[in-house]
Amino acid sequence: MKLQSKAIPSSAEFQANRDGHLEAIRVVEEAAALAAAGGGEAARERHLSRGKMLPRERVANLLDPGSPFLEVGATAAHGLYDGAAPCAGVIAGIGRVQGLECMIVCNDATVKGGTYYPMTVKKHLRAQEIAEECNLPCIYLVDSGGANLPNQDEVFPDRDHFGRIFYNQANMSAKGIPQIAVVMGSCTAGGAYVPAMSDVTIIVKDQGTIFLAGPPLVKAATGEVVTAEDLGGGDVHTRLSGVADYLAEDDAHALALARRAVAGLNRVKPATVDWASPEDPAYDPDELLGVVPADLRTPYDIREVIARLVDGSRFDEFKARFGETLVCGFAHLKGCPVGIVANNGVLFSEAAQKGAHFVELCSQRKIPLLFLQNITGFMVGRKYENEGIARHGAKMVTAVATTRVPKVTMVVGGSFGAGNYGMSGRAYQPRFMWSWPNSRISVMGGEQAAGVLATVRRDAIERKGGAWSAEEEAEFKRPTIEMFERQSHPLYASARLWDDGIVDPRKSREVLALSLSAALCAPIDETRFGVFRM
Amino acid sequence: MFETILIANRGEIACRVIDTARKMGVRTVAVYSDADRAARHVAMADRAVHIGGPAPADSYLRGDAIIEAALQTGAQAIHPGYGFLSENPDFVEAVEAAGLAFIGPSARAIRAMGLKDAAKVLMEEAGVPVVPGYHGDNQDPEHLSGAADAIGYPVLIKAVAGGGGKGMRLVERAGDFADALDSARSEARTAFGNDAVLIEKFIQKPRHIEVQVFGDGQGAVHLFERDCSLQRRHQKVIEEAPAPGMTDEMRAAMGQAAVRAAEAIGYAGAGTVEFIVDGSRGLRPDGFWFMEMNTRLQVEHPVTEAITGVDLVEWQLRVASGEGLPKCQDELQINGHAFEARLYAEDVPKGFLPATGRLAHLRFPDGARADTGVRAGDEISPHYDPMIAKLITHGATRAGALRRLSAALRDCEVAGTVTNLGFLGALAAHEGFAAGEVDTGLIARDLDMLVVEPAPDTRDIALAALAAMGVLDATEGATGFTLWSPLTRTVHLHRQGDEIAVRVQSLSAEAHDVQIGDTTVEARRVGGRWQLDGQAAANVAVSGHLVTVFDDYGLDFDIVDPLDRAAMAGGDRDVIEAPMPGLVKAVLAKPGQEVREGDRLAVLEAMKMEHSLLAARDGTVDEVLVEEGAQVEAGAALIRLASEDEEGEAA
Repeated sequence: MKLQSKAIPSSAEFQANRDGHLEAIRVVEEAAALAAAGGGEAARERHLSRGKMLPRERVANLLDPGSPFLEVGATAAHGLYDGAAPCAGVIAGIGRVQGLECMIVCNDATVKGGTYYPMTVKKHLRAQEIAEECNLPCIYLVDSGGANLPNQDEVFPDRDHFGRIFYNQANMSAKGIPQIAVVMGSCTAGGAYVPAMSDVTIIVKDQGTIFLAGPPLVKAATGEVVTAEDLGGGDVHTRLSGVADYLAEDDAHALALARRAVAGLNRVKPATVDWASPEDPAYDPDELLGVVPADLRTPYDIREVIARLVDGSRFDEFKARFGETLVCGFAHLKGCPVGIVANNGVLFSEAAQKGAHFVELCSQRKIPLLFLQNITGFMVGRKYENEGIARHGAKMVTAVATTRVPKVTMVVGGSFGAGNYGMSGRAYQPRFMWSWPNSRISVMGGEQAAGVLATVRRDAIERKGGAWSAEEEAEFKRPTIEMFERQSHPLYASARLWDDGIVDPRKSREVLALSLSAALCAPIDETRFGVFRM
Repeated sequence: MFETILIANRGEIACRVIDTARKMGVRTVAVYSDADRAARHVAMADRAVHIGGPAPADSYLRGDAIIEAALQTGAQAIHPGYGFLSENPDFVEAVEAAGLAFIGPSARAIRAMGLKDAAKVLMEEAGVPVVPGYHGDNQDPEHLSGAADAIGYPVLIKAVAGGGGKGMRLVERAGDFADALDSARSEARTAFGNDAVLIEKFIQKPRHIEVQVFGDGQGAVHLFERDCSLQRRHQKVIEEAPAPGMTDEMRAAMGQAAVRAAEAIGYAGAGTVEFIVDGSRGLRPDGFWFMEMNTRLQVEHPVTEAITGVDLVEWQLRVASGEGLPKCQDELQINGHAFEARLYAEDVPKGFLPATGRLAHLRFPDGARADTGVRAGDEISPHYDPMIAKLITHGATRAGALRRLSAALRDCEVAGTVTNLGFLGALAAHEGFAAGEVDTGLIARDLDMLVVEPAPDTRDIALAALAAMGVLDATEGATGFTLWSPLTRTVHLHRQGDEIAVRVQSLSAEAHDVQIGDTTVEARRVGGRWQLDGQAAANVAVSGHLVTVFDDYGLDFDIVDPLDRAAMAGGDRDVIEAPMPGLVKAVLAKPGQEVREGDRLAVLEAMKMEHSLLAARDGTVDEVLVEEGAQVEAGAALIRLASEDEEGEAA
């Protein structure tokens, strides 16, 4: 049952892998530091000079001391908008408040006044989606000027744009998921609805403002001259308008009031799974950097990864002798029972059938699923098409798509093609999707894509009787390869919220445990699978 | 031996007696007042009887109730402890009349020593040296003044019935005598109901050395001396045995004098003969004079026990039950040196003000005997002496015992009340004291040096902040985990009026970087123990909002709870508005009037009800904006207070 590692930590290969990973981690670390710094030194100083806490400090002081904070979209909008919106101008993540896991969404007013870029909206909505799926109370620390006007076309009108935030608030509230707003700065225009749509709203005196139109717009519209405080300050809203419920002296007081509000929620985590006592893996998770090849193309045994993630490195492997390129089995992760589905090579029909079977098992038993993605895709070729690999693949995709047990996906290597679907990629709505810094994600590998395009091109040239030299072909392929290389990088993916964030492999166990814990704040529904193509 | 005894006392001495009784197989009965219902001595005793209210006069001084309790519970003897009824001869007689044994001297012996002047006459007759003075019945001021002149200034005026410094005056010059006499008398009258005084020579650089005696009614032995010179306003602070600088010759002289004193009154049980010693020219056999005899077990008896190996309470029980003296003089020897420090709940910087409080945490150090009547969680109540414990250390030499005392004071952990630990620590570290140069004026002379405000360093503050966060004992879940950038939270602490902002960056459950001003303290848990910048962290106790770091004799911090800073519900507190439409029934405020928060400023009649309109804060009425009888709308301004800014400027 206990996995036996074959890794040799003293080997040159181990060390080279480690160096490769450390370099990949460093790149992400820099991006994350940039995001965490928000809108730069001058904006931070201005923010502090107003007696406000910096946004990350607001989050820290809202959480229980020592609480973990599972940040979502930590490098969102990285490289977008010419770098104008670090962290997409909003901090989101799960932390404990009064012992309850809550979703925190905190505007960063040092980033363009906390206005909503398209990625800000997407991140806010993603945070709400997690909260809704995981049944997590939402706490909005609001300090935002509303929609970013130059980007209004990509922020305002569509289904998953700004308005969806309030739709979500109303519907979560309807489901009994508490919505708490703390107004710590501006809440202008559409933003005014965040507090207004919340179950409980706290506003900071002489600092928080809520109005549909700010003083300049009021003056332009009606000629009325009014100060922001008189128009929609804390005093007005707690005494006259009733838009807010509690008046706070300052940020610290407001956060304490929010904590008190959470203390009164009367919520208990549902009983879902049979927790065991947590246990460290027998193999140090730190060794993940050495046992996983730095080069994606080098095959390795995924059990080396599993051995460094699960309690006691114990793994009850299911159907080990059948469909061997997909490793399935049961384990515990910090005490939580989990069914692991992990790639160990390209997917064949047997592997897909086994995967579908295993997902059915976990659904039946209500055991959360963990997908470790390192997949180049399903096997191609006549033999495989003729034996119906699409049919078998469809079984696995159906099972993964329709199971109601919580799924958590971690991309530990490649995530290419239909393999991404069968392994619970983003479209299959895992509760969380995380990526390692060395991972790559694209419809196919850059080489393959360039190869496909080059073949089509060569056929066309040669049909016309032309000739195409190897040099010309290489020159033709280069931009495609480069484009794929750039777009498949996890920072590119995470910037666009294709995943929930990039994770240092050494922190995977912690991240997965927190993900599972958050997911288990919601009861597990009965699964009703779709029609399996038999 | 008795089967059961009743202890007519409370606190540490009741516990002390129960301890020995238990060792001897004697059952114990405690008595208690309302305030001591859950006290340690009650919990320790085999039985406990409630005897009345918290005031001593309603409980521990109620001899009849105590005797009744003894009879009810089948106790054969009563141990009085010290204080309360311990030196009350009427009580002794009542106890004996009830057929019970009193564990202590006879009523006659107590009476003989009870009045200071009569005692001195008696002692002079027995050949015990007494301080030159006038102890006569003639209380005429002129006569007393003449007596003072005869003795020679400076002199002391002392209440005959006095004790504890009450009714005592030092007079330096003849011209001051009359006033000092008046005030001493009036104090004595109030305190003792007896304004008779005596006049004594005032000894320069006096030392307070007392001899422990033990009698069986026929003979007596002494158990050597104790030096109690470290006093503050006649209250003993640190006692020791033997006395520093004591010679064999003088010890023999004092011991013999003390035994003579005890035997002169047929003394039975434990007693103490107090002498005043002239310390100005070293200890000499002709330089000690009888002061008084305490006919009970003394607070500081443990130092004698430490150097003689005798359990004085055991001796008391044995002698009271009819046995002879357990040891003769030749069998008694001094072994090493011992100190006792009296740990009190008191605010030393505020003039040793007695303090109260619930002991949120209490831990006595290893390597010291701690006699205490309280446990963690117990209350230091205002009804009784605020003593927390006596710490007693013993060593082969005076230096060794003193070193242990210093260590014990340093390691003693008390939270929930202020204590005199720092003061005791400073005293134990006093150079003159260490050199044995003690006299009763030492503390007063060096008070400034001994009363030091502890100043927490950054490590103490960091530790307090981590304790306030509750992460010191944090378990598995409290990892402070973040994906990439650690989070920093701010903890606000209060210490003596100053607010300290501490920024804590949690790196893991085992590592926090704590920033105080420009200093960063690295807190790391190594092998389950916290280290701050590599140094082992002090212990900490947290109770509610109070954090006590056990460094520098206990440093208290208050955790600032932002919720305590409730924003006022009304917003503007300057203007009193009509809460609803109505008739102004009365206007009670006048312009310029000072008002307190909650004062009634006007009465509004609305909806058949009278509504009082109250001041939302303290302040001055600036304007009355409405007249009685006016009909006002909701929200109408009625009275305006001068804004706090204006008042600030005016001041």
